[in-house]
Amino acid sequence: MSTVMSEQEKETQIPEGTQSSSSSSENQEASNVVIEVDDVNFAYVKGKDVLRNISMEVNRGEVTAFIGPSGCGKSTLLRCFNRMNDLIPTAAITNGEIRILGTDIYDPNVDVIELRKHVGMVFQKYNPFPKSIYENVAYGLRIQGVAKKSVLDDTVEESLRLAGLWEEVKDRLDASGLGLSGGQQQRLCIARTIAVKPKIILMDEPCSALDPISTTTVEELITQLKDDFTIVIVTHNMQQATRVSDRTAFFYLGNLIEMDETTKIFNNPSKKETEDYISGRFG
Amino acid sequence: MHDLAKDKPVEKSLNPFSTKDFALKRRDGFIRTLLRLATYFILACAGFIFADIIIKGAPVVFESSFPFVNTKFFTESPETLVVFDTADGESHQLDFSDYSQFKRDNPDMKIIEEHTHSYSGGGILGPLVGTALLTLICIVVALFIGLTTSIYLNEYSSKGRFMDMVRLAIMNLAGVPSIVYGLFGLGLFCLVAPVIVDAPNDRALFSFPILPGKYLSFEGWGTCMMAGGFTLAVMILPVIIAACEESLKAIPMGFREASLALGATKWQTISKAVLPYAFPGMLTASILGITRVAGETAPIMFTAALAHKDVLPWEGANSLGGFFSQSVQAMPYHIYTVAARIPQSEYTKPMQYGSVFVFMILVMCFAALSIWMRIHYRKKVKW
Repeated sequence: MSTVMSEQEKETQIPEGTQSSSSSSENQEASNVVIEVDDVNFAYVKGKDVLRNISMEVNRGEVTAFIGPSGCGKSTLLRCFNRMNDLIPTAAITNGEIRILGTDIYDPNVDVIELRKHVGMVFQKYNPFPKSIYENVAYGLRIQGVAKKSVLDDTVEESLRLAGLWEEVKDRLDASGLGLSGGQQQRLCIARTIAVKPKIILMDEPCSALDPISTTTVEELITQLKDDFTIVIVTHNMQQATRVSDRTAFFYLGNLIEMDETTKIFNNPSKKETEDYISGRFG
Repeated sequence: MHDLAKDKPVEKSLNPFSTKDFALKRRDGFIRTLLRLATYFILACAGFIFADIIIKGAPVVFESSFPFVNTKFFTESPETLVVFDTADGESHQLDFSDYSQFKRDNPDMKIIEEHTHSYSGGGILGPLVGTALLTLICIVVALFIGLTTSIYLNEYSSKGRFMDMVRLAIMNLAGVPSIVYGLFGLGLFCLVAPVIVDAPNDRALFSFPILPGKYLSFEGWGTCMMAGGFTLAVMILPVIIAACEESLKAIPMGFREASLALGATKWQTISKAVLPYAFPGMLTASILGITRVAGETAPIMFTAALAHKDVLPWEGANSLGGFFSQSVQAMPYHIYTVAARIPQSEYTKPMQYGSVFVFMILVMCFAALSIWMRIHYRKKVKW
């Protein structure tokens, strides 16, 4: 399966240039940093910070993994990047700022709708709509008002190919997305996210609801996607972090303990907590 | 010990499980019988009601010869029934219009022993049409307000004490007696609801000009089907809002998150990723609720219903506004009238039982429809 996918991948790669030429300031292009987190504190309820003084940078075209025990704030930080935390009324950043492509995303002038078009998200529990496979992938374009059949057709095919799902579903695009297997459904969700051509894809434990074989497929997909997208992935699975990521950030109790090259984090961590965690002494 | 064992019959002494406490066992049996009888009592009541209505009502509606249905019962409105004997010794039962015709055709016939029975002749077309219209207005108003309110409560409003109080207030409305709704409808919709008029009425609460020569006057809609439909809608709103909220809550949060994460606005998310999947459930529950208000008498007796009306709604109005400003006959009020407000006799019975029979079948059909819809959509919708 994997070889088939990688062959498709070569045929249909979107050149990086077309992805990023549309907007963004030139100094950001040059600096290669797409997400800057600058001394951020975050609280769900006023006065109780669950993230404290987080500073980090996420580089273009890399897979960055967030690891750490449950409740350490890694998913919370991820959901700050596309402002999904806005759904919780009292949740707010209490200090610092997050800049994506050079812009403070919590600035009043930032339209959260536009932000989310640039920063896509894949969820822990695969959640395709109870629509056809085609309509699932076309959803993002339809809400942007794209109605032209040829554009939709092309985007659906391109996105499904990128997600490595095209060969499996091309004969039944009108079938319900819920009829697919778990792994296929998650890849359909990834295709749906790709279809709106974001620059960054956030993945919140994308494999935790999948069986080992589906997990392998999705992990291979992630390593292929990093040619076109910057990916931030939250994972509970440390082996997964070593397999897919270039850089890894370790969170513990709301603090960013350490962030470095994945190989360095797992082979030669500089902090004691990191070593304890990756060697399985807690968490 | 040994001797005793030998004296007793062998099988009895060897059975360690024989009954020891007969009183306990009797009590157990008694409780069981009591519970069973209570259940049978309900069954008997329901059975008696249905059997009585079917046995006495079905012959009014159905006939033994083609077309097997008493068409007159469904194509005419209630009329006065005239029972009379003629000089030639024959006994007649005629609706008032037929009776006039009979007198014109036989001017020489001497009529003796004439009795009239109000509302007992003719059919039930007027009440059927009226109930249909009232229910239709109620559905439109209740669904619109119920849907919008439940969407706001469930999707937009922030959780908090104030919203809990709003919800509690809505739920409390469900406990208000129907006669209170009737009076409330009279006070609000019939007497103070706003209308646009050329010249405000003297009894208007207040009025102010909105356009040259036009006034918005709070003088009420009068007794009419609009007032009745709105009153019924207000009465059923708590049920509909609760049902719609349940349907919205059943939609996984994941749909909303996925849609928002793709750059959809709040409304796009609700209209494209939530409502299409919540709508069947909302509709099903609402129809069941509306079936219940269709049978209510108290809310419409002050606001919309008439015991007698010569013309059907579409015969009595020449504009759309005029159409909805008419009073109507309605099935529950008609049944109340023929059952409780006219002198009873054997001649009033067919109309009484026929009306009840038809109305019962109608309401049961609606209930069956909503149950069928629920089963149908439950099979179809999976996530």
